[in-house]
Amino acid sequence: MNDTMSRYRTMIGHRLFWPAAVLFVMLAANTIYRPGFLSIELKDGHLYGTPIDILRLSAPLILVALGMTLVISTGGIDLSVGSLCAISGAIACMYISKQPDQNSLGVVMTALAMALGVSLVLGAWNGVLVAVIGIQPIIATLILMVAGRGLAQLITEGQIITINSEPYRAIGLGHALTLPLAIFIALAAALLVAAFTRRTALGMIIESVGGNAMASRLAGIRSGRVIFLVYVISAACAAVAGFMMTANVSSADGNAAGLWVELDAILAVVIGGTSLAGGRFFLSGTIIGALIIQTLTTTVYAMDISPQTSLLFKAVVVIAVCLIQAPAFRARFSRRRRNVPPPATIADKPKEQVPA
Amino acid sequence: MTTGTLTAGRTRFRLPRKQIPVLATLALLLVMYAIGVSQYTAFSNVQVIFNVFIDNGFLLVVAVGMTFVILTGGIDLSVGSVVAMTAMVSAALLQDGMPAALVLVIALLIGPTLGLLMGCVIHFFEIQPFIVTLAGMFFARGMCTFISGASIPITDGFWTSMSQERIGNPRGNFVSISVLIAFVVVVIAAYTLAYTRLGRNVYAIGGNPQSALLMGLPVGRTRIAVYTISGLCSAIGGILLSFYTLSGAPLIGVGMELDVIAAVVIGGTVLTGGAGYVFGTVLGVLVLGVIQTLITFDGSLNSWWTKIVIGGLLFAFILLQRLIGIRYK
Repeated sequence: MNDTMSRYRTMIGHRLFWPAAVLFVMLAANTIYRPGFLSIELKDGHLYGTPIDILRLSAPLILVALGMTLVISTGGIDLSVGSLCAISGAIACMYISKQPDQNSLGVVMTALAMALGVSLVLGAWNGVLVAVIGIQPIIATLILMVAGRGLAQLITEGQIITINSEPYRAIGLGHALTLPLAIFIALAAALLVAAFTRRTALGMIIESVGGNAMASRLAGIRSGRVIFLVYVISAACAAVAGFMMTANVSSADGNAAGLWVELDAILAVVIGGTSLAGGRFFLSGTIIGALIIQTLTTTVYAMDISPQTSLLFKAVVVIAVCLIQAPAFRARFSRRRRNVPPPATIADKPKEQVPA
Repeated sequence: MTTGTLTAGRTRFRLPRKQIPVLATLALLLVMYAIGVSQYTAFSNVQVIFNVFIDNGFLLVVAVGMTFVILTGGIDLSVGSVVAMTAMVSAALLQDGMPAALVLVIALLIGPTLGLLMGCVIHFFEIQPFIVTLAGMFFARGMCTFISGASIPITDGFWTSMSQERIGNPRGNFVSISVLIAFVVVVIAAYTLAYTRLGRNVYAIGGNPQSALLMGLPVGRTRIAVYTISGLCSAIGGILLSFYTLSGAPLIGVGMELDVIAAVVIGGTVLTGGAGYVFGTVLGVLVLGVIQTLITFDGSLNSWWTKIVIGGLLFAFILLQRLIGIRYK
């Protein structure tokens, strides 16, 4: 009896339990509402079905959220990712649209390299503002969030650039091994980030910087470089996500591409259990968070509700997940009032920002 | 503004230095105006300034509410959506034939109620303001489209008269009633922050919540109050916007929270809280308004330059705050 209780307790206490439970409940509700929800069929050598669609559409969000996870785990935040998506997509599409042969692989590669390069520079700009000049992350990236939209529109000259390039389109809609290519790109990025952070000391270094930048600097970690690095990684992830978004529709719209993706990404990270105060990060949680958000969106579409109204559901889910995860909320509503240690108040104790 | 000394830090008093950001904003505003006057003859018309106020009255009110929140070190992302929701609700209720006075009361109650709820969640459950107000933003925006997917025109007599009433001198210069309302809000807010207990608590909490708590200040009540105030200001802003556009549109005010935050920061309020003035926020809003006017006057520049310039100004002012050594926490 006691054993089952403790096992039950461990399971409930596991950081992935609640996000996974939410995802499971949402999938189950969908299946009850629409029995064909989970069915997958093979057509022309490609797999089709709602679950595949959810995976494919969540790929850009997963990418952005991966970068965001690293940034948030250092105690920062990157609001500029949406604008970066727009910029990278705009540059790539602009370059391709100017070329005589849009289908040439070389042209597409050059376009991707250029766009990625610019994004890295912009990520470095964010990194310098935060790590060298010591500006609060939320503000430092707000600059690029506001100005970046303008830059993207400047690149596309306010137009929607349409391209007709097969290789570029493949990034968003292509297939490999019966599955959409976008899933593999997101998976590869996730594995790459996971390998670099969890198989090397990098992850622990990032967490230590997020826990206390000053202490980790005194312990011999170059906090500044680590912080700089996460913003560059975040920009790179956003750039690739931008390629996917524009490739999906074969056009670049400086105004609408990646709009609100930064908010969705932050949500995915928070739902995944990473605290906004930094110090710990959970890549698997982030991916589940992104899947939850995309499942929610798809569900709402399938129920014939306008996409804007889906924000209502998003609001409910956000508050529910955050409340469930909040230590204060759990303490208040847990039936056994044991000597719960006072929950670490995140909102009340903003950590010291150390110019590194 | 004696409250400045309260937050000047444990070690040194730098009252004049603290006001440098506000003075810099003022200087920038004057320089921009001078450029406008020297470049375009029509710019020197007083009406140009009045128009900046008329076009940005609602933004001013919302920015004043945001100043309270940012002074406590929080942030309110829901303002743009609450503005839209207020305008939407008023338009929908007026369309159903409800009397204008009742609509005003209902519309003005929605914002503060949402703000109160968000403040309670932030305080009692210790969830970051960023996330809670993000949810509030989603909720309000979703409500807008839930009410109606299309824009609803307002034909009510009170609304149209408020919209068209011009208060001015015989030479033809005028302001709208919205501008007067905005001014009243600014004056009340400035008085509250500078001379009341609530205002001092706001600065104290922004300076250091722990010390404020240890000093026995009502941290929770104040924190909930600022989000309620921000909600109220957003509601007033929404009413002013519905006066201005005479309609409620579900997608109006998208991204407004960014303009508002930018205005507050350009106005010299520090985002970690504890330092800043309502007067600075007024200047910040004016800077944004004058930029837009300049770009309109120029004609050859496109609207996206507004965003780039605002981004550049944000950078310049944050750098300035950094350089003159206002301590970021």
